Order: sequence, then C-alpha cells, then structure tokens
Amino acid sequence: MMIDVESLSVRIRAFDILRNVSLTIREGEIFGLVGESGSGKSMTALALMGLLPRVMEASGAARLDGIDLLSLGEYDLCALRGNDISMIFQEPMTALNPVQTIGDQVAEVLTIHGKADANAARKIARDRLDRVGLSHIGLDRYPHELSGGQRQRVCIAAAIALHPRLLIADEPTTALDVTTQAQILDLLKDLVAEENMSLLLITHDLAVVSDMADRIAVMEKGVIVEQGDTAQVLRDQAHPYTRKLFAASAHQPDRTATMIDDAILRIEDVHRHYPGAREGFHRGPPVRAVNGVSFAIQRGESLGLVGESGCGKSTLTRTILGLDPLTSGQITLNGNPVSPTMPRAHRADMQVVFQDPYGSFNPRWRVDRIIAEPFHLLGRKPAPSDIAEALEAVRLSPEDAFKYPHEFSGGQRQRIAIARALITRPKLLVLDEAVSALDVSVRARILDLLAELQDQFGLSYLFISHDLTVVRAITDRVLVMQAGEIVEEGQTEQVFTAPNHPYTRTLLESAPTLEIPA
Amino acid sequence: MLRYLLIRALSLSLSLVVASIVIFAVIEVIPGDPAAFMLGLNATEDAIANLRAELGLGGSLVERYVSWITGMLQGDFGTSYTYRVPVGELIADRIWVSLPLAIFALILSTLIAIPVGIIAATNRGNGGDFAIMGLTQLGIAVPNFWFAMLLVLLFAVTLSWFSAGGFPGWDNPGPALKSLVLPAIALALPQASILARVMRSALIETLDQDYIRTARARGLSRGETIRRHALRNALIPVLTIIGLQFSFLLAGAIIIENVFFLPGLGRLVFQGITQRDLVVVESVTMLLVFAVIVVTFLVDIAYAIVDPRLRRK
Amino acid sequence: MTRLPPALLIGAAITLIYAIIALISLVWTPYDITNLQVSNRLQDWSATHWLGTDQLGRDMVSMLMEGARTSIAVAIVAVGIGMAVGVPLGLAAAANRGSLLDEVIMRGNDLIFAFPSLVIAILITAIWGPSATNAILAIGIFNIPVFARVARGGALPIWTLDYILAARTAGKTRTRISAEHVLPNIANLLIVQATIQFSLGILAEAGLSYVGLGAQPPTSSLGRMLSESQTMIYSDAWLAVLPGLAIVILVLGLNLLGDGLRDALDPRLRRARG
Repeated sequence: MMIDVESLSVRIRAFDILRNVSLTIREGEIFGLVGESGSGKSMTALALMGLLPRVMEASGAARLDGIDLLSLGEYDLCALRGNDISMIFQEPMTALNPVQTIGDQVAEVLTIHGKADANAARKIARDRLDRVGLSHIGLDRYPHELSGGQRQRVCIAAAIALHPRLLIADEPTTALDVTTQAQILDLLKDLVAEENMSLLLITHDLAVVSDMADRIAVMEKGVIVEQGDTAQVLRDQAHPYTRKLFAASAHQPDRTATMIDDAILRIEDVHRHYPGAREGFHRGPPVRAVNGVSFAIQRGESLGLVGESGCGKSTLTRTILGLDPLTSGQITLNGNPVSPTMPRAHRADMQVVFQDPYGSFNPRWRVDRIIAEPFHLLGRKPAPSDIAEALEAVRLSPEDAFKYPHEFSGGQRQRIAIARALITRPKLLVLDEAVSALDVSVRARILDLLAELQDQFGLSYLFISHDLTVVRAITDRVLVMQAGEIVEEGQTEQVFTAPNHPYTRTLLESAPTLEIPA
Repeated sequence: MLRYLLIRALSLSLSLVVASIVIFAVIEVIPGDPAAFMLGLNATEDAIANLRAELGLGGSLVERYVSWITGMLQGDFGTSYTYRVPVGELIADRIWVSLPLAIFALILSTLIAIPVGIIAATNRGNGGDFAIMGLTQLGIAVPNFWFAMLLVLLFAVTLSWFSAGGFPGWDNPGPALKSLVLPAIALALPQASILARVMRSALIETLDQDYIRTARARGLSRGETIRRHALRNALIPVLTIIGLQFSFLLAGAIIIENVFFLPGLGRLVFQGITQRDLVVVESVTMLLVFAVIVVTFLVDIAYAIVDPRLRRK
Repeated sequence: MTRLPPALLIGAAITLIYAIIALISLVWTPYDITNLQVSNRLQDWSATHWLGTDQLGRDMVSMLMEGARTSIAVAIVAVGIGMAVGVPLGLAAAANRGSLLDEVIMRGNDLIFAFPSLVIAILITAIWGPSATNAILAIGIFNIPVFARVARGGALPIWTLDYILAARTAGKTRTRISAEHVLPNIANLLIVQATIQFSLGILAEAGLSYVGLGAQPPTSSLGRMLSESQTMIYSDAWLAVLPGLAIVILVLGLNLLGDGLRDALDPRLRRARG
C-alpha cells in the first residue's frame, strides 16, 4: 500500500466537503477518481498535497508509506511536494508563470529541492522536456508561445522531474481537444509504466477512466459511493449513483421527429477570411477561417458539426447566425439571405443556444425579460402567456419568470436558454456546444428535452460540438470540419462506423469510449 | 522587441506632435492677438506692434507653429517678455530644482511603498494589513500642500530642524539637498500611500493565479512562491502607477514649490500666468507634457522587459 | 448580502453629513461671510463664533460651510463632466473594439492623460483667468479619459459573453446592447470610480484654489482658506488646520465609501460559480 487514505473528512465551518473518504493507491497503478462537479474529487487531491484553502479543516489520515500527510508541518510538506507527490491541473493555459521561461520553471523543481545546481537542473529539464515530447521546443521559450497541449506537457515534465511516487492529475485533459487528450493520456500511461509511479487520475469523464484506470472510485457529494477494480465496477455498478452515472454517460434520447426533404438553411461555398496578424507596418497572409464550405439542413433534420478548436466552426457559426459578414459565398435561411444587415423578421426563423449556462444571461434581468428578448425581432410585445408557454415547453414553471438567473442550477439555466430560443417559434435552432458544460446526468435530460422539442415544434437543429458521443446520440447527419473545410459528410451512424477521411478516423480513435464489459 | 519599440516610438512622436498643436492652439490661437493679450487693456498700438514683431507674430499660424517647434528642437524656447532673457535659460535654471525634487520624491515613495505593500499583502486580513491599509487611506486623503504646511509648522517652526523654505543653490550640495527634504516628504507620502495600495492589491491578485498553485505543488514554500513567481507579475501594474506618479510629481511639485518658495518650474509658470508672459507658459507646459509622454514611453519599455508576452508578436 | 462592510457605513455617514452641511449652507450660515469686520478678527472659539474668526473677521463655521459647498460642487460637476463624456466614449470604443473609432478614442484618451489636471488648469487660466468654472473644466477634462478607460475596460469582457451574442441574434444594435446589457453591468465599476474621482476632485480643487487657479474671492473654498491662512500659520495655526482637516475627513469618507462599495458590489464576492 503506498497511499492510504483513511476516513478523510474536510469541512469548511459547519459544511462538510468530504466525509469519511477512504481509499488506497498501490504502487505503479492508475487510480481513477470519478464524479460530477462539486463531488469533492479535487478537494481530495488538494488535501493529499496539503494545499487546501486555509479556511478548510481536514481530519482523518492520509498516509504515504506510513507517514501521515495531514500531520506534517508546512516545511515537511514543501519538501514532499514536487518530490514525492506532484500534481498537474486542468487549465494548462494559466498553470505556468507567464513571465518565466519554461526551462526555468521545470528546472526550478530540481533546484528548489536541492537536487541539482542551476546548470545540472537545466540539463535535466531538457531531458524531461524531451521525454514528454517537447524535444523541438527550446528551454528559453515562454508559455504564451506554446499551445495548450504543449503547456500541459511542460507541466507534466516539471511534475515528473524528480521521479515522484505519486502523480495527481486533476482533469488534465478536460480543457484540451480530443486528439491532444489522447496524446496526453498515452503519455501519462507510458510514464506510469516507465517511472513505476502511481497516478491518481481525477476526471468527470467515465470513458477516460475506463480506458486508463486499474481501479476506480466513484464520488458523490463528498462521499465515495463505490470503489474497486475498473472492470468490476463497470460490470457490477453496485451503487445506484454509479448506475445513474453510467446510464447518463451512454444515454441515447428517443428521437421521433420526422424530416421533410426541403432545405431550411443553405450554405453555398462560404468563405470567411480575416486579415493576417500585424507584422510591423504590413500584415501577414490572411487567415482562411472558413474556406469554401457548402451544406444544407432539411426541415426537421438534426445536423452535427464536429471539429477541434481552431477548425473554424465558431467562425462558421457566427456567419450562419448573421453576426459576421461573409468574405464570399451565400447563406440563405428559409430562402432569405443571411447577413449582419438582414431584416429582423427574417432572423426570427433562427435562434441559438450557447454553451456557458452562466454567461448566457444578463445577471440583472429577470427571466421573463430574458426570454422575451427575441420578441424584438417580431416588433411586438410578448404577452404573459407567450412567456408561460415557453417556460412550460422546457418543463419549467411559469412562476420561474419572476426569478433571476442566479437562482437556477446549470441545467435549469440551459432550459431557460432554450425557452428564449423557442419563444419566436423559430424553424432552426443552432446549438453551439449547448450541453458541453453540463454534468452527464443533467446533459442526458437536456438531450431528451431537445429530442422532444424537435418533434413537437418541427425544429431543425444545427448541433455544433467537440463531443463525439453527444453528436452521435442526437444527430441524423454529421459534418467533420478541419482547417476551415468540411472534410467528411454523411449519415451519422455511417460516419461513426465507417469513416472515410483519415482525419475523421483520427478523431474517432482518439475519443475515449465507454465500453461496459458484459 | 525592436518592432515593439519602433511602434511605441512612433506613437510617442505622434502624441508629442498632437500635444504641441493643442498647446499652440490654446496659447496662440484662442486669445486672438497674443501680443495685445500679454500687454493688457492699457497698451498702446505702438507697444503692441513692437511686441508682435518681437514675438514673430507676423507670419501665418502654420509658419509660427513650425518656427516654434524648430526653435524648441534647437533649444530656443523664445525670449521671456517679462524677464527679458531666453526662456531656455530660465528653464535650465529652474529644472535643476524641479527635476531633483521629483526624482527624490519618487525614490522615497517607491522605497516606502513597495515593502509596505508586500507586507500588507502577505499579512492579508490580519492586524498588520489593517493598520497599513488604515494609514495609507489617511495618506491618500491628505492634500500634499497642507501636509507640507504641517511639516513646516512642526520641523521648521517648532523644532527648527529645517528651514521653512527657499533654496540655497547647488553650489552647496548639502544645504541644497537638505532644503529639498521636507518638500520631497510632502510629495512622497500621499503617492507612497497610493503605490502601497496598488502593490498590495496587485500582489493579492497575482497570488490567486493558477500558476501560483502550480508553484506550490512543485514544493515551493509560500515565501519562495512570492519571491520567484508573484512579485515579477505583480510589478506590472505597479510600474504603470510609478510612471504616472512621476508625471504627477513633476507637475504636482508646482504646488509644493509654492509652499516652500522653491525657485522651480512651477513658480516660473505661475509668474508667467500672473504677468501674462505667454512665451514662458507655452514653453514650460510643453516641457511638462513632453516629460509625461517620455516617461510613459519609458514605462512601456519597462513593460516589455518585465513581460515577455509584449516582446514578440 | 448579509452584512455591509463597516468602511461603507462610516464612509457613507461622513459623506452624508458633508452633503447635509453643504445643502444647509445654501440657505443658511451662522454669519454672512461677505461681511468683513476687521475689528472682529482672529477671535478665539466662543459661544458666538464656535470656531472663532479669521484674519478678516469672518466666522470660521460659516467659512467652512461655504468652503465645503464650493469644493463639493466643483468636484460633483467635474465628475459629472467626466462621466457624461467619458462613459459613452468608453462604451462606444468597447462596442467597436479594434475599429478606427476605438483607436481614435483611446489615443485621444492617452493624449489627455499626458496633460496632468494642473497643466490643463494652467493652460486654461493662462487665457481665461482663474475661476471656479475653469477649475471645474480642468478637473472635468482630466476625468474624461479616466471614465472612458474604466467603461471600456469593464465593457470589453462583457462583450465576449453569450448574452451579448443572444441580444445580437435578437436583432439589437450595438448602441442598444450597450445601453441595455453593458451599462447596467458596469454600473458598479462606474459608481466606485465616481467616488474615487470625487475625492480626487476635492483634492484637485483644493490644490488649484490654493495656488490661486480656482475659486476667486468672495467665494470661499477649502483650498482658498488654506491659501489665505498660509501667512498666518506661524501665529494662528488653526486657521490652516481646520480647512485642512475638513478636506482630509471628507476625502477619507469618500475613499472609505468607494472601498466599501467595491467590496459590497464585487461580483467575485457574490455566490461562487458551480
């Protein structure tokens, strides 16, 4: 037994954050800690590191080779962190000091623990950066010059510089694209084997742990509800919460909507180019964010658009919504041209739901005013019954109209966003990563709602997402976008089972899949 | 880096040109006939005509502007109407009081503020922080010239440690420096209060960043994290304020010079105003604005040294 | 929000007391300060003159009341000018980020920043002569870029939020979005900045009047009182101490109010996300 956590509890004043958490992590194993947001999985990691916020109190025991980490003083903890236990975090973009070179930041681990002098530390830093696949990146580079995946690799290099016994990875790939995620996960797996260290992998994504972990623990509201060998937990699903989580992750909404062969949205050879970055007094070559895209969406159809960050799907979305001008080509909605200057009445045929359930509403507006905003397009005032109907359509109560957004949970907010989008009775709904920020169980219910609404109102969906599982569950047809172009288009099931384009194959292979052993 | 400097330098010269046009317009265009304005209501036609000739008001506005600028570039700031000497000489005289005073005050303010701000931030929420925040709150509220009057009352009148005002000249560096001590303290303390608060909040904000948590996870102690990671990042907003403060100190010294009867640029400009000596006012304000813009430029360069994100791109 | 910060309460109380005193002075002061009685000069504190009289025989309580009113009026109008011009400019710049308009507005701001308020005042008084109005103008012009920057800086992150995109898909113009969505959400910032600029305005007015660039006799202002008392400081120090204290307490109150408001309104202190 290497790490032995026994009855670990963490509280902030009278509020329990963790209750009686007990787990053991063996030498050289990957231990997955799964749970939805707020389940306390990150707090468990911070407690092991002795980095809990000062207002929190920990009790119980967390032993590393028999030494109770909770009883150690700050001095001993400093000697331990980065040396015996190290940690990497979710957000690689902000995890590195922006004004220090990456070489210095990796070498720092060695010098601070007195393991090497400055010169030797730089040599070791070079070696560790080479190991994590950054042999082409100089030590004197700054974090802002690196991509998110590269930055996460720098974090990993620093974390493994002293060959720790345990590496804690808190959602290490959540902020990354699926192909980058696959590479980082592979790297972590290799390192565990090579270094004979243990890995505590914290994630919300069941598919990731099922691929990676030897053993897993499922956490709910500060309590571990189930733990054991990965295969066994996947197969038995002994605890109801585990069952619920698995069911939600693999959820397939019932889709009954019928498609009519008549295009609601037509996109013909659309280009959107930006002027290149300023280089002194002239500009670099223009950026072709969207480069000759054509497709159509039929009435009642659900079309998926997948691609990684930077592929141009956000730009394409903005042009479809008539927010940005086109460089060339044409978009028509219900036969009317789409552009930033299109008449308001035409815009009413199309509405949008965004990803962030927190940033989607003006926090100072009441729900009735929020969902009535698209009425601006119709040039008339909404009746109270319009608002009540929209709320009921998304299974909220008409009384919710008089509350403020902060009084709702993330899932409820997404329902409000859908209500706002539905109020003008549009024909096309653009769903821009609309379920990506939600926990799996909430996501499953929103997907059900979307399927029902599509049938009820005869809606067409343009479903934009980086999450392949979700796209597969809710769409009829799918487009794969790469570098501003559509590289593959086809029936969803066909694309997922028999992809043609190499990029589609890479995407599908990279995506972690949740396979439940029989 | 070079490109960044070039762009900043270009915007610097543009600012200077626009600022000089504004000053020229206010002083030479708005009053109509500057010569008549300077001489007042009782002037004779002859006197006005003479002054017009002396000031070179014969040409068009553009010609006058160009000759004013080219003059200044060659060190010719015109001739003071009241003093009957070149304004350049007056400025050269006075700047050796104003500039040392501003630098003295800036050094004092920075030396006090940065440690105090760091102490407050690292003791956030406890008694020391509370006391520092209270004192700086008071320091900001005190008008510096009133504080100067109180200093005179205490150290010059009651204790007789310093003289109440005047400047003996740099021939005697000791007494000269001593005569700047009270003015510098009066200028520095309110500025130090502001700077300490900026330092504190910048450091507190930096300590909340993700990379601080990363550094702690690497095994750095709190102190090491602050020294090696937080300070340099927290210094970026502090630099801006130091830059702004230098401008304020140079201009704000105008008032303090009045309290201590120091023969600096401020007194020069006031005499210029009361005697309607537009040549003096125009040149000295241009000089002050020039100083502010150059300091802003220097702060931009300091940014690029501290923050690598500005260097490339 | 359960408890208001003590700084907010103290600051609000001080500010309120000054506001009431200034309002009272509009209709009543114990004595008429334009009535000079040199025979009555430099009286000690007494029942008839609570804080004595100055070197021209004017009642100090009345002088302080009127002085505070002038200082407050100058600062309020100057802040008003700064907000009325600066906020729309900042909002327009943010709504058209990166455009020529944004560039022009921000470079214009930088330019005004290069003229410290004292230099603006010097330029103005050099031509139009010193007066309270010109002091207001000088401080007000200096406030414009301050508010423009705060408004733009506060508005830019809001423009990246989804509810702005939602409003745009609802067909609303940038101007309308600025008014409906952006302005209410940066109101906190603007209110806090206004109290800060207000206290800076009090200090600036005092400084300008002290060197003779502000309020002119017979108008009294706290800065003028300091200037008139400077020669008396060796014999009758309280003539200089009282108006100075009046300034310090008012500015302290305003700063506490600003800090308290910032803490009370800071969104980061509200219910944390998730």
